Amino acid sequence: MNTREILIMAASGLLLAGLACLPLADEGFWLTLGISLAGYVAMSTAWALFSGPTSYVSLATAAFFGTGAYVVVNLGETAPWPAVLVVAAVCGALLALLAGMATLRLSGVHFVIFTFGLAELIRQLVTWYQTNIGGAVGQYVFVDISSAQIYWQLLALCGLVFLAGWAINRSRLGLALRVIGDDETVAAHSGINTARVKLLLFCISGAFIAVVGAVLAPRWTYIEPSIAFNSMISFQVVIMALLGGSRRLWGPLVGVIPFTVLYELISGHFPNHTHLLLGTAFLLIVYFLPQGVAGRIEQLRLRRTHRETHAARSPATLGETAR
Amino acid sequence: MSNHLLLSIAGLTKVFGGLVAVNQISFDIQAGEVVGLLGPNGSGKTTLMNLISGALRPTQGSVTLEGRRLTGLPPHRIAATGVARTFQLVRVLPSLSALENVMVGAVFGPDQVSPGAARTVARSLLERVGLGGREHLHPAEMTYIDQKRIELARALAADPRILLLDEWLAGLNPTELQTGIELIRSLQAEGRTVLMVEHVMDAIRSLCDRCVVMSAGSKLAEGTPAEVLANPDVIRAYLGDDHA
Repeated sequence: MNTREILIMAASGLLLAGLACLPLADEGFWLTLGISLAGYVAMSTAWALFSGPTSYVSLATAAFFGTGAYVVVNLGETAPWPAVLVVAAVCGALLALLAGMATLRLSGVHFVIFTFGLAELIRQLVTWYQTNIGGAVGQYVFVDISSAQIYWQLLALCGLVFLAGWAINRSRLGLALRVIGDDETVAAHSGINTARVKLLLFCISGAFIAVVGAVLAPRWTYIEPSIAFNSMISFQVVIMALLGGSRRLWGPLVGVIPFTVLYELISGHFPNHTHLLLGTAFLLIVYFLPQGVAGRIEQLRLRRTHRETHAARSPATLGETAR
Repeated sequence: MSNHLLLSIAGLTKVFGGLVAVNQISFDIQAGEVVGLLGPNGSGKTTLMNLISGALRPTQGSVTLEGRRLTGLPPHRIAATGVARTFQLVRVLPSLSALENVMVGAVFGPDQVSPGAARTVARSLLERVGLGGREHLHPAEMTYIDQKRIELARALAADPRILLLDEWLAGLNPTELQTGIELIRSLQAEGRTVLMVEHVMDAIRSLCDRCVVMSAGSKLAEGTPAEVLANPDVIRAYLGDDHA
């Protein structure tokens, strides 16, 4: 670790501690917004851990999220809370493992469609089970957890996701992912077991998202498959991560905040046209910021250093190009 | 040259639908040899390279590296046994710097070098292929020959038992070609084993200990460069009956 990293770590720790004080000031609108933000930051960042470097766009977020929520439905009242979260993480990872083994050989649009189908399939399965065997489609969740506690758990989870992302980026695994994202053929011929690396990351990402689902489940009190496996979650996570930029660990964070605020504004002021406006916003983002906010910042920074280095050694560079 | 059998190809065949792209090819490569793989366009040279590196699975036949059967293994397992390659159409990693590109070869190669040590390896290899001082540039900022240099350095970073070069010298201008030939000669001098697909005759004459010539998927001739280039069958395959 160098000094810069230690400083960033310390600053992030302080920031988290500061954010953790929010429930002391407000228990209403701001706490609700805080929960929403923290949940989406955790999910988008976890999503980008896998989808950022590999460029495999996953729409399975709702599947992991719903799985986590349904772990709470089934175990929330009987098992101790930490155990519930661990089970949610394990279930998320297992689901990712199964789905990944079946799909990571697929590429591009096939993978997107399959992951989307996966969330729908699980939703239908759960609905079928609840109506035919469980007795009712919806179920009540009575877990004694306050909004402030949910918020703190989500903040801690955000911290964990970032820590995991940081550790991965420094490791061989992180380098392997970047190589895979650039060129899978080169990756395989350099000795990278591409299937295993992708599977591992998909599991890590799925586990985190499932835990977010579990932590947020008590917010609803009443859970049914169409809430827990809502495909809007998958789409929003993708949009937010792309808006921020999925190739940097902090990218999704930059996307979640403006998007969540925008969403609040749109759904508050134009409740009948929410989807229309969201769709338009998405089109504009993809058109104007294909690399996301983070990518744009990086581009500008690169261009600036470039100009400086070129100005500094232009005669040498000219000689080189002439050759 | 030590007489130690390194790579053995026996009856290797690849069929695509009705097309036999590689037909019953057999030859051996001794450790420390530089072997040229020649043949007109479409004769199956690159397919043969792909069969050795695992990019394609052979329909029949076997590839053995020091007694170990490579046939049917996935490319990353083959890479782990010490086979490294470059690609006919240069393949560098655009989002990685030159240094990181080369590190990849060492980090994931047979020796699984730690990232810190790989950095040192990569730096000295970039120096060797003539990219010293340009470690932090990205491939997009480099010329074609420099990208080819990165690719060669990446393959060398794995410290491979055998290096497969697929037209590494193609597309270079005469000056660059001389540099390129010198570079491969220096690999030969340090005892590396190389199998190179090549069209540049100067390079073949001055570098290869032995050549294998393919035509329409089959082996046409094998021998020293002088021998195979004088072989009437080879001349016919390249230039037609009138010249044989």
